Amino acid sequence: MSALLETRSLARNFGAVTAAADIDVTINAGEIVGVIGSNGAGKTTFINMVTGYLAPSSGEILFKGKSIVGKNPRQVMRAGICRSFQVAQLFPELTVLDNVLIAYGIMKHKILPLMSPLATKANIQQAEQLLEEYGITSYMAETVVTLPQGVRKLLDIALAMLRKPEILLLDEPTSGVAIDDKFDLMDTVMRAVRKSGAAVLFVEHDMEVIARYSTRLIAFYDGRVLADGAVSDVMNDEKVKELVTGHHLDIDYEQEVQHA
Amino acid sequence: MKYATTMIIGAGIALLAAGLFMPGWLTFLLTLAFAKGLVVMGLLLLMRAGLVSFGQGLYYCLGAYCVGIAGDYFETQNALLLILLAVVVCVALAAVIGLLLCRYRDIFFAMFSMAFSMILYGVLVKSSAFGSSDGFNVKPPLLFGWTPTGESGPFLAYGLAVVALVGVGIFVWRYLRSPMGYAGEAVRENEIRVEYLGASVRRIIYTKYLLAAAMAGLGGGITALAAGHIDPEMAYWTTSGEFVFIALMGGVGHAAGPVIGAVLFELLRTYAFQISPYTWQMILGISLLVIILYLPKGVWSLVERVTKGKPL
Repeated sequence: MSALLETRSLARNFGAVTAAADIDVTINAGEIVGVIGSNGAGKTTFINMVTGYLAPSSGEILFKGKSIVGKNPRQVMRAGICRSFQVAQLFPELTVLDNVLIAYGIMKHKILPLMSPLATKANIQQAEQLLEEYGITSYMAETVVTLPQGVRKLLDIALAMLRKPEILLLDEPTSGVAIDDKFDLMDTVMRAVRKSGAAVLFVEHDMEVIARYSTRLIAFYDGRVLADGAVSDVMNDEKVKELVTGHHLDIDYEQEVQHA
Repeated sequence: MKYATTMIIGAGIALLAAGLFMPGWLTFLLTLAFAKGLVVMGLLLLMRAGLVSFGQGLYYCLGAYCVGIAGDYFETQNALLLILLAVVVCVALAAVIGLLLCRYRDIFFAMFSMAFSMILYGVLVKSSAFGSSDGFNVKPPLLFGWTPTGESGPFLAYGLAVVALVGVGIFVWRYLRSPMGYAGEAVRENEIRVEYLGASVRRIIYTKYLLAAAMAGLGGGITALAAGHIDPEMAYWTTSGEFVFIALMGGVGHAAGPVIGAVLFELLRTYAFQISPYTWQMILGISLLVIILYLPKGVWSLVERVTKGKPL
């Protein structure tokens, strides 16, 4: 496998607080990597650094062998790294259709046209197809603020996937989603991801989701990578049990992987 | 799209035809209203992106002074050339100021824009060459060598205002439906998502600022030609406040909102002044209060409710 994304000794400090330190992570093409860690372990800081939202204090981020440190979110995203957010980042007062149309409008033009219409038949049809792929067509005319959390999450991920990224970073995709809906949501997302062939790195607190969908697992603790490897290996790691997951979990990881 | 364009052009022709039979006072009043409508259409672009400028008076005044100064000092009376000059100068200044302003939001954007407007006011008040606080008279304009006299005098500026209104109206109407138009609303709603979709928020705001400046310069230039006199008050913060007042009154949901607001404002002000010369501002204030309470999206929303069959 070839390394798509590689971080070397990545670190970020906020004054005296070290949010991330010595992070060496490699993501290969087509991998689906889960990330676990308690609150404040540095997971979101890591995603924010990779996507250009936060500048690292030190270290290197390589995407397909080239450094992307210092690039802004737009440049990182155009390079092929897209993300979704812990709290879905949408246009709340607009309809679902408008959200997708805006995304298409921005995606298709480097310089936004001033006069040509956006809501053309072709664009609306394309938007409908996207919403159908994510199973949210019925919400098309609804304003985002009125949507259930799961639909917002799906829309957020759908917008992130529009550019057909090579790596998709998902920050807690099932947080705030009803227990009954989390696997449906992840199934929909993974179907779209497999179709595009993108590698995925997703931060998650739900161990069932982690076990079912990741092919590799990284555990963060105190801003550092505590363990990195096969899901069952990381989950059975004594340090991970002690510092991240606790000893009480009773999940058959082999069986969960078979569910996926 | 073609239907709307035809409608706007049709409305323009009707206004031009009506102008031939209007009394002089109404022609003048509508010219000023349309000129202000142009400024507010620019303000609409900013307001839809969540930015309220309290400094459009800067470009309104600058546009007017460009017309006046060019007419006086460069012996040019060609109305089209003067207005073009006003727009170009305003866009040039906005290109510089916009670089700073597009970094700010909310109250900071409003106050910064007002500060620049007040700087121009201060400079003009102290400039005896431009008539200080009294301002100076603008030479009567020419159009392709034709000098309007007598009854046709006010009609030239009125005609220019209507033509400009039609042109800018079509532009704004199409703009609001374009990717850049939608991007404005996207910026108002969530800047982070806009950046992560691949567009530069600053560039979007900068573009809107330039367009708004061009429209304000155009409105200022037409006002100078219509009124025949300019003074620094045009850059004073109350003038900019007037534009925000009109935007709230007319609504920013449609390109027609600012025009309706501007006409309503001018009519209200004229009659309020006639009825109560010492407290006319109070009448305007109460009117705005009533509109905000009962039509929070402006008078245009009333038209929308009627045409879309929504309850009043």
